[in-house]
Amino acid sequence: MTPELESAYSGRKLVARVATIASAGAVLLALVPLAAIFAFVVSRGLRGLSLAFFTEPVGVRGAGMANAIVGTIELVFLASAMGIPLGIAAGLYLAEYASTWLARTVRFAADVLAGVPSILVGVVVYATVVVRMKQYSAFAGAASLAIVMFPLVARTTDELARTVPDSLREAALALGASRWRTAIFVVLRTAAPGIRSGCLLAVARVCGETAPLLFTAYNNRFYSESLFAPTSTLQVQIFTYTMTANDDWHAQAWAAALVLVAIVVVLNVIARRVLVEREAA
Amino acid sequence: MTERALSNAPHSLRFAAEGRGRSADRTLGAIGAGAAGALGLVLVGVAVSVARIAWPSIRATGAALVVGHVWDPSRGSYGALAFVWGTIFTSFIALALAVPIGLGVAVFLTDLGPRRLRKPVSSLVELLAAIPSVVYGLWAALVLAPLIRETLGPEPNVLGGVLFRGPNMGFGVLCASLVLAIMLLPTVASVSRDVMRAVPAELREGALALGATPWDVVRLVVLPHARQGILGAILLGFGRAVGETMAVAAVVGSRAELSLSLLSPAYTMSSVIANEFPVASSEIHVGALAEIGLLLFSLTLAFNIAARLLVARSTGDRAALRPRAGARG
Repeated sequence: MTPELESAYSGRKLVARVATIASAGAVLLALVPLAAIFAFVVSRGLRGLSLAFFTEPVGVRGAGMANAIVGTIELVFLASAMGIPLGIAAGLYLAEYASTWLARTVRFAADVLAGVPSILVGVVVYATVVVRMKQYSAFAGAASLAIVMFPLVARTTDELARTVPDSLREAALALGASRWRTAIFVVLRTAAPGIRSGCLLAVARVCGETAPLLFTAYNNRFYSESLFAPTSTLQVQIFTYTMTANDDWHAQAWAAALVLVAIVVVLNVIARRVLVEREAA
Repeated sequence: MTERALSNAPHSLRFAAEGRGRSADRTLGAIGAGAAGALGLVLVGVAVSVARIAWPSIRATGAALVVGHVWDPSRGSYGALAFVWGTIFTSFIALALAVPIGLGVAVFLTDLGPRRLRKPVSSLVELLAAIPSVVYGLWAALVLAPLIRETLGPEPNVLGGVLFRGPNMGFGVLCASLVLAIMLLPTVASVSRDVMRAVPAELREGALALGATPWDVVRLVVLPHARQGILGAILLGFGRAVGETMAVAAVVGSRAELSLSLLSPAYTMSSVIANEFPVASSEIHVGALAEIGLLLFSLTLAFNIAARLLVARSTGDRAALRPRAGARG
């Protein structure tokens, strides 16, 4: 290399170095809020946690959030019971049965539905379920969470089912299996680990969903008596306490946030580990 | 797929496969078709049902809702301009902050960062998307807003111009935009990472063989090639920002104001629905909120469709299109 070329090249290498440092700076900038949020949630959350937090309902003196914890679990469980089977059925149908244009259209609808602000899901469930039953209810809340889960589960199932090699399908059919047997015992089974983790991610997502619950499950200071009564959840309770100016309630909100974040992170870690194992296999 | 597998199979096998369990096949097919149909139905149902609730307001005020700037339900005055402005203003500032950082992260993950750091950084950034938005709201209201109040002082007009006019209460456009920016960052970063990764390796290798530095590759090959997809990532981020509700509702200040100041309290379309929908008593008030919802629906729909088309064109596969299970709402 001539000296001029050499110096021009070292100049560009310097620029490349600066660019690399800048991109590392962007990464640091992105991780600062993550660290800050975790630090506050963990430190303040631990301070607010006590035995009473897990055993006493909101509406009692020196109270905890036992009713909200029960409510969140109840709602997420119900929503999963509705959203997951429906989502898997739809996803499997898209991958295995639907004609190309139909599959493309429904996929598009699912993607769009997943992008609809979840507060609007709440509005719709309010208008169709709550108004009709004249009652805020756990059922209405679970229905809106199920609507949030539905497209997520359907699209994950669809994507993963389509990665199952055709040779497996052909082998099953060649052995005389019918289409539905092939779909369920070959395709669904092969894709099962990935679908399972996709479902876990959808569950993690709705554990934190708050907007669609504001006027469906609403809130309740005590344990909810039935599925058809207003029900408290950790999410809505955190928001309610956030909007107050009461330090005790803020401490409770931090503790609830810690519990919620712990649930969500654990679900995410499990889900991703399944995915990683699948990649390794 | 099965269709193809079946039609390729010898006739006798096809016959056997179809003959056995044919009715079960039909039943399961019908169940699946029903479920898939339900997906489309729910989407249409959301639009129709929001429009139906909005109908009294659409009939009474129509499109005037969007241009009216006085929102006073007690006097029957429904102008949503301040909400539209608040939504666009906060989302825009959030994007202005999140896009450069998100692109920096994406470039780090695809080209510039050390290989062994890429995976951990990628999962940490995605962890940001897993945090529920109420938790962002709590953190923003109790940590970020006081921080803004203290660091900028009560009357930080010295910083100059329209942007910092008025008293600083901590709650307002700035706080909402900051928290939105943090929430958008994983979307912008991971979608642009996907589209940058889809740039063919031969192009990168060609540039390197001609003596390009890694940054030259990014600047001259990756960014131009991924331009449309990056635009898609930004639009997807915008769609998310517009629909985000809880974190914004916690810190935006909830006052319908048309101000250019970052310190001014504001109100957004989604947060006014969250706050007023449960307490709205008159049919017109509920209708006006639903009409705002309809506008919100159309906005996010437009952004999402545009974004997905752009990203699809630029990756050529559908993987980057899958809805991401990030936190929202």
